[in-house]
Amino acid sequence: MRGTHTKFASMAAAGALAAGLMFSSAAYAQDTIKVGVLHSLSGTMAISETTLKDVMLMLIEQQNAKGGLLGKQLEAVVVDPASDWPLFAEKARELISVNDVAAVFGCWTSVSRKSVLPVFEELNSLLFYPVQYEGEESQRNVFYTGAAPNQQAIPAVDYLMNEEGVERWVLAGTDYVYPQTTNKILQAYLESKGVAPEDIMINYTPFGHSDWQTIVTDIKNFGSAGMKTAVVSTINGDANVPFYKELGNQGIKAEDIPVVAFSVGEEELAGIDTGPLVGHLAAWNYFQSVENDVNAEFIEAWKAFTGPERVTNDPMEAHVIGFNMWVQAVEKAGTTDPDAVIDAIIGVSVPNLTGGYSTMMPNHHITKPVLIGEIQDDGQFEVVWETSGLVVGDEWSDYLPDSKDLIADWRAPMSCGNFNVATGKCGGKGVN
Amino acid sequence: MSLLRAIAAIALFVSAMVCAAQAQADEDTLRGIIAKFALSKNYDQTEEIIVELGATGDPAVARVLNALSEGNLASRKSDKAVFIVREAGGKVALLDPLTGENVGEEAAGAMDKVKVKNSLRRLIRDVLAGLTLGSPDPQVRLNAALTMFANPDVSAIESLDAAIAEEQVASVKLAMQQARAASILISDADEAEKAEAIDLVAMRGDRDALSLLIGFSVRAEGELKEAALAAIADIESRLAVWDAAQNVWYGISLGSVLLLAAIGLAITFGVMGVINMAHGEMVMLGAYTTFTVQAVIRASFPDLFDWSLVIALPLAFLVAGTVGFLIERGVIRFLYGRPLETLLATWGVSLVLQQTVRSIYGPTNREVGNPSWMSGSFDLGQLAITWNRLWIVVFAIGVFVLLLYVFNRTSWGLHMRAVTQNRRMASSMGIRTPWVDAFTFALGSGIAGIAGVALSQVDNVSPDLGQSYIIDSFMVVVFGGVGNLWGTLVGALSLGIVNKFLEPYAGAVLGKILVLVLIILFIQKRPRGLFALRGRAVET
Repeated sequence: MRGTHTKFASMAAAGALAAGLMFSSAAYAQDTIKVGVLHSLSGTMAISETTLKDVMLMLIEQQNAKGGLLGKQLEAVVVDPASDWPLFAEKARELISVNDVAAVFGCWTSVSRKSVLPVFEELNSLLFYPVQYEGEESQRNVFYTGAAPNQQAIPAVDYLMNEEGVERWVLAGTDYVYPQTTNKILQAYLESKGVAPEDIMINYTPFGHSDWQTIVTDIKNFGSAGMKTAVVSTINGDANVPFYKELGNQGIKAEDIPVVAFSVGEEELAGIDTGPLVGHLAAWNYFQSVENDVNAEFIEAWKAFTGPERVTNDPMEAHVIGFNMWVQAVEKAGTTDPDAVIDAIIGVSVPNLTGGYSTMMPNHHITKPVLIGEIQDDGQFEVVWETSGLVVGDEWSDYLPDSKDLIADWRAPMSCGNFNVATGKCGGKGVN
Repeated sequence: MSLLRAIAAIALFVSAMVCAAQAQADEDTLRGIIAKFALSKNYDQTEEIIVELGATGDPAVARVLNALSEGNLASRKSDKAVFIVREAGGKVALLDPLTGENVGEEAAGAMDKVKVKNSLRRLIRDVLAGLTLGSPDPQVRLNAALTMFANPDVSAIESLDAAIAEEQVASVKLAMQQARAASILISDADEAEKAEAIDLVAMRGDRDALSLLIGFSVRAEGELKEAALAAIADIESRLAVWDAAQNVWYGISLGSVLLLAAIGLAITFGVMGVINMAHGEMVMLGAYTTFTVQAVIRASFPDLFDWSLVIALPLAFLVAGTVGFLIERGVIRFLYGRPLETLLATWGVSLVLQQTVRSIYGPTNREVGNPSWMSGSFDLGQLAITWNRLWIVVFAIGVFVLLLYVFNRTSWGLHMRAVTQNRRMASSMGIRTPWVDAFTFALGSGIAGIAGVALSQVDNVSPDLGQSYIIDSFMVVVFGGVGNLWGTLVGALSLGIVNKFLEPYAGAVLGKILVLVLIILFIQKRPRGLFALRGRAVET
């Protein structure tokens, strides 16, 4: 345990030092390809994003051990945007124009992504975004390797409806853009499936909400109407621990009212005693417990790189896929020039960690399997259901009236992120 | 779902018939069925085996089904033999699935777990309810009756009749009669029997009874419908009273959390006048002390786990108190009378503390377990009161009383009050004011530390723990009146209760905003808060 901490600390220090050195020696380092890592290492999001920085460092080290890229060594440039959204834009600008990185891997919250979008567009660079998000966006310089709503939320609701016979729904979320948009899509989807509006309860809470007594009681009362009830949770980060503790203490069992979460992974469960939560669900595209050789190898490498008690999770897998796609696209194009890579990366297929292949689609989203897992008492998930094939990420939801006619296709000659098939014109909602 | 229910119904029916004949399936048959778990490839096959086990009607299958439901059933990879497993230090102990006797041990990797999911757990619960109505343990019989109430089933009436006739314990008998009544309501029994059933169900007076009656009233006609509607109205009016009581309790519970977070600040900010932005980090240090204590206990003395919080309390007080003492001696004492610099300096200290903890323990949440006496809940009428909240309320009151005692009944408290009210006079009387300052600050920090022990039971233990409480703490102290412990108590409780009464109507987000607006308006009217200090102390 002790060894891990010191190792971690020294690694963080080395990262910071490296970032500083890079800054001064940028002019001399012509023989390396630089890769930017834009994840918060301090502030509220550090809890989730630090892991992603570590996984990027590991991937770059592995690639260098294999001989680098285009005959050059890769070099990580780590910056800390400190969970401060405007600072994300500033740090992104610094990475691209001062450090001259070939691509950036980063961001977690949607608001941080929105804040850097104009920078990547203006300076024409590449961003790989690894987190599940609300969709309704497709940008030329951004590759979305996390799940779109149809790769996570909709299959999860289908599972509950078909396998568990759920008829009454609580949509509980944190009050910001991802839960709001996802819940809007889910509400439209549920109503299209014949669920009455009075059988849907929507509830929002502030970031870091810690007193869940009233809401958990409301959920319990809502669920005692004689119809099978489930909670669809888009509650973010820190607020989950007190939420699940309250659920456990008030005796809400997964057999009675299951909770399916979209933001709770292995990393988040590490802070909770999962004994009372066995059977509650999460929908992801990857679980650490998935059994196959690629995943076993990855987990072993990860534990050797960080520490024996560290876990792996879904956004980490997204970075693995995104990084390998970028490497292949650069090899295919023979250059790290953004325009060439944007053209070359579409159609690139790389192995994912669940035993299949993921492909970059023309809308800059990727194909993924969808897995539903039940929480076990060791803090891991057991897969109880998965889609029979891969699901293509759908950037513009088919269930929202003002986006159902939109598609994105970044191949020439269309090259458009919001093509309206009804009017036949590029443009419309969401100019991003 | 309807398929599952039908299967469960068949299982219950068959089991009832078999039970009535007092037949017991022989052991070999049971073992033969249990052995099939090893060959089950998917959930559907497992489901069939569960139904088959239930159909034997032998209460002996309860052990193996419970183990399956808890995920403790596994088959040995080498010979496909099925055992109940229990982890014991890296290895697993193998227990016989029928008798529960220990029959050996295996390495963890040599066993294949029989997979289970929610719908199977539900099926097992329904199957077991039918089988365990005749269990010797009254608690098991009660649970069986409650499960049958929640899933009324016409075919279960007969077995319930038999069980009711033999039941000796009054409370269990009532639960069984209510379960029977619930089934009667969906059967085609005659009107008199249904009228009686309505009364029985209505006696429960809870939401389950309410939803059952609402469902019944839609289908019923004539007098029965009127009786059901009257019962519904009666339950609803009773529930409304309980809802209000529940809001008050939740308010007190939230208030006690606020009180714990703020009471240390009431000393450092309220009494000493130091704007201490690092107060939240003292709470965090207390929470991390609890985590460290639990980690040591888990590793070396697992039997002491239920005592972990008691052990952590004095340690958290010492750790946070010492850090507080160092902050006062190292930073704050140079800045008395310069509030802006104090604010900035303590804010800097808070960042340093956060990053230190992040480097030592990592940025992710740490698990602090609830001891068994703080887990779960109990029912008081229609209120579900959770043990951890109840203990936190008791603890908050305890801390408050202790502080009052220290302030008003000890010579140290007298010195503290003397120094804060008139520093020069106190100094002239021979009190060493710098040391009194240092120890007062250490006391405030130490109290924040033990608050952290309590808060680790309901919130995240992460480096950001303190940040989420600092604003609430200042709000409570300012609202209650600076420099007055009673003000902090009343302020915390009234903010908690107002918050909880607003939340059901306005939602959590708007509720919080409304509370802030109310406080701003209140401070405009009474700038010194609820309990303003009067006299010369105010001017100095």
